[in-house]
Amino acid sequence: MRPITIKVGIIPNADGSAMFSFGKTTAIAAVYGPRPLHPKHKQISDKALLQTIYMMAPFSTTERVRPGPSRRTQEICKVTREALEPVVCVEEFPKATIDVYINIIEADAGTRTAGINAASLALADAGIPMKDLICSVAAGKIGKEYVLDLEGKEEDATDCDLPIAYSQRMKKITLMQMDGDMSVKDTKETVNLAIKGCEEIYKKQRQALEERWMK
Amino acid sequence: MTKDMLKNERDFVVPGDEIVKSMDYLPGKHTFREGDSIYAKGLGVVSISGRVVSMIPLSGVYTPKVGDMVIGEVKEIQGNGWVVDISSICEAYLPLSGVRDYIDTSRTRLDSVYAIGELLYAKIGAVNSADSVHLSMQDSRSRKFNGGRIVRISPSKVPRLIGKMGSMINTIKDKTGCRISVGQNGYVWLDGENIELAMQAIDMIEEKAHKTSGLTDAVADFLGGKKK
Repeated sequence: MRPITIKVGIIPNADGSAMFSFGKTTAIAAVYGPRPLHPKHKQISDKALLQTIYMMAPFSTTERVRPGPSRRTQEICKVTREALEPVVCVEEFPKATIDVYINIIEADAGTRTAGINAASLALADAGIPMKDLICSVAAGKIGKEYVLDLEGKEEDATDCDLPIAYSQRMKKITLMQMDGDMSVKDTKETVNLAIKGCEEIYKKQRQALEERWMK
Repeated sequence: MTKDMLKNERDFVVPGDEIVKSMDYLPGKHTFREGDSIYAKGLGVVSISGRVVSMIPLSGVYTPKVGDMVIGEVKEIQGNGWVVDISSICEAYLPLSGVRDYIDTSRTRLDSVYAIGELLYAKIGAVNSADSVHLSMQDSRSRKFNGGRIVRISPSKVPRLIGKMGSMINTIKDKTGCRISVGQNGYVWLDGENIELAMQAIDMIEEKAHKTSGLTDAVADFLGGKKK
């Protein structure tokens, strides 16, 4: 895995916030809520709506990214939300919304995984009831070697890019995507490698939260 | 502490941390039970009271409770009342009946009583279901704020800011000579000569509340030394 940098509580205006980097990929997440949801037709009568908005800053890549939603960012919004929803206690806040804004300010592959890690920390920082922290990392296979946390060049070289999101306590995977071709055996090995990566990330997330609040 | 208890009183916990693995304990506030174990349901510190295991969150949104005094901003004027933003899970409503003086709506415009953007010190009169909070201005402490400054702290720190029987907040008021009104939803109104000093004391409390005890004395020392 690339060197991980974490800082929690970096956006004073937000209820919770965090910055998470895998090497040169940096994501900043800001959480607002639970707060009233407008427009009313979006309200869910028995739980809160978890809105995840993922965006890449135009300067995050070598070629300028056009601001605004794209099919790719919409997909990432959806998978991010689905990765976090199983642990966020949305039933405690009917008709409200919990807004999670994820901004990628520097992109070198693994942006959705960095984004999920940052979002998980930001949700905890905001004091939102959660049953676990979610960790996320991508893995793959280049030649005969299984690799963890692919950077840009590695993503181009790999047979398959497999990002996962993992709940440490429940030992369950909340997100899994697979982009490429791999045998069943290789897939199992890659997923196991990614889970080990998540266990490392969990320790760093804990440490960062403790530093923010208890020191 | 028995051998099943995995965390001590005042230990820091993250969401999902296992606190105790035993059916002898009951899950208290901000915890949940799965199987034999009780886990933390958020970020905070452990609190054990007899057989009840709870977690005190370090941050979190304000949840309205009947009887609380809160500071809110008028957001909308409707036919028979005002919609007030109290920075909570839902917006609050101040009905005409909640105002002290009788208002004849055929003669008086509601915005001449409370206009959009004005700040009120109101009491939570009723909380119905999860999305309906009614306010009242009938308490003797209720009023509309004029002038002064507003600061915001985390709602979870408000009890510390007020202190036992008001000890902390009275210390700040006495030493700075400021008028201070505290809303349970985390907003604090101040007015007076030494506002800056009072704000510094409040910052100090917000930062240290969950880390140290003896905070009232520490604040008194800070203010005692620096009073202009």
